[in-house]
Amino acid sequence: MIKEKFSEGDSLFHRLDPRVKIIVALFFSVIVAVSDKYTSLWGALFLAVAAVIVARLRTKEVISRLLVVNSFIFLLWLMLPFTFQGERVYTLGSLGICQEGIKYALLITIKSNSIILVGIALLSTSSIFNLVHALRHLHLPDKLVQLFFFTYRYIHTIHSEYIRLNNALKIRGFKPQTNLHTYKTYAYLVAMMLVRSYDRSKRVYNAMLCRGFKGKFWTLNHFVSKKADFAAGIVMISCIMGLVLLP
Amino acid sequence: MKEIEKEAVIKFVDLSFTYPSRDYIFKKFSFNFFKGERIGLVGLNGSGKTTLFHLIMGLLNPSGGKIEIFGKERKVENDFMEVRERIGLLFQDPDDQLFSPTVAEDIAFGPLNLRKNHQETKKILKETLETLGLAGFEDRITYNLSYGEKRLVSLATVWAMQPEILLLDEPTIWLDEGTIEKIVQILNSHPHLSYIIISHDKKFLKETTNCIYLMDNGKIRKI
Ligand SMILES: Nc1ncnc2c1ncn2[C@@H]1O[C@H](COP(=O)(O)OP(=O)(O)OP(=O)(O)O)[C@@H](O)[C@H]1O
Ligand SMILES: [Mg+2]
Repeated sequence: MIKEKFSEGDSLFHRLDPRVKIIVALFFSVIVAVSDKYTSLWGALFLAVAAVIVARLRTKEVISRLLVVNSFIFLLWLMLPFTFQGERVYTLGSLGICQEGIKYALLITIKSNSIILVGIALLSTSSIFNLVHALRHLHLPDKLVQLFFFTYRYIHTIHSEYIRLNNALKIRGFKPQTNLHTYKTYAYLVAMMLVRSYDRSKRVYNAMLCRGFKGKFWTLNHFVSKKADFAAGIVMISCIMGLVLLP
Repeated sequence: MKEIEKEAVIKFVDLSFTYPSRDYIFKKFSFNFFKGERIGLVGLNGSGKTTLFHLIMGLLNPSGGKIEIFGKERKVENDFMEVRERIGLLFQDPDDQLFSPTVAEDIAFGPLNLRKNHQETKKILKETLETLGLAGFEDRITYNLSYGEKRLVSLATVWAMQPEILLLDEPTIWLDEGTIEKIVQILNSHPHLSYIIISHDKKFLKETTNCIYLMDNGKIRKI
């Protein structure tokens, strides 16, 4: 199981109804994705950081997740400023750095970071089962809900097979070097990892079938919509609306 | 006479099964299991014991012959849905069995699929945990459990579905003596339960079953 590190804490967001959280996160993402006013976007980033603080998650873990996302964004920074057409602010040999490109890369950086942060604060504070169940309650088609759950399951499966195999290598004194033996071992590792996770995912599915799974997810902890959840949802949605109205 | 005429609840007729790119595991395999029977299943490693369980649950498809369970022929996926609700399989490997983050959710998964309501499920959960001496395990994370604990929780997930027939694949593996003793007591205190137990633990089989079948070369016989 992928450690649902963030779902185990205790905060306002951990207690909030997952349905409310999904709707708010979705609303936020759409607004942020379509808006290109800087004031709104900085505001969004501010809200996102505030949300993470309210969720009381470990800063180190949050940053390490952000690093992963930003390493992709870093590639954009390497590309975009040079490839855009427009006014050049600086010339590097034959390459020109274009202001439009910088603006664009900045826009993407703020947008993705705010969406990720809100995702961490709102979505990862619920367990996967609760999210899946919430999606069902929001009348998403069963097929889509299953797709979501199994994607999650299988990513975990691949990861845990990788750890097992890697440990098997380690205890027999394997040290990566630049030689054929290392490449061959890695090739085996990857191949075995995929084959075994495929197999294991099938077995997990079998285990579910054996316990009467027929395509619908039920959950032990039922959601009772409290007035407070509804109110919190309204407050958050209004904050997001406020972003749009910023000058 | 009446006894013999009684319908077998699990009936294999001339069944053949082979894994892809392998020799036959079963060829013209016939086997009857009656309600109320408590049998042990032994055989060499790789003799096909686990495979037999998976065939009963419809997780593997035979290449020939017939499977009848609860008086109906079972062929396609849909036929086995009912089987899976009434027969509980304990997998040989607990890592195949547990998939929910917490113990409570994993145990509740079966009863919820059986459309038990929320209160009933909570009650079943509590009783199951108590029966198996797992009280207090509700919020433990399944992937962090020790192997023996995983084994017990796996058993709990099957037990919670209150099946009519249990198929236990090496239930005692990784369990300490005290815990094995507890399982013996639990099984013996439910005289109406039928089961097949695969085990290499002779003492355990002696204490829990009435007769022993041997799997050998794709055939099964009483010993
Ligand atoms: N998915 C598979 N593909 C190919 N062969 C398989 C597969 N699963 C099992 N086998 C083979 O089928 C044979 C029977 O396997 P099975 O798991 O039923 O044995 P078993 O009697 O349960 O053994 P054990 O006592 O070791 O658990 C073995 O030789 C095994 O290698
Ligand atoms: Mg086996």
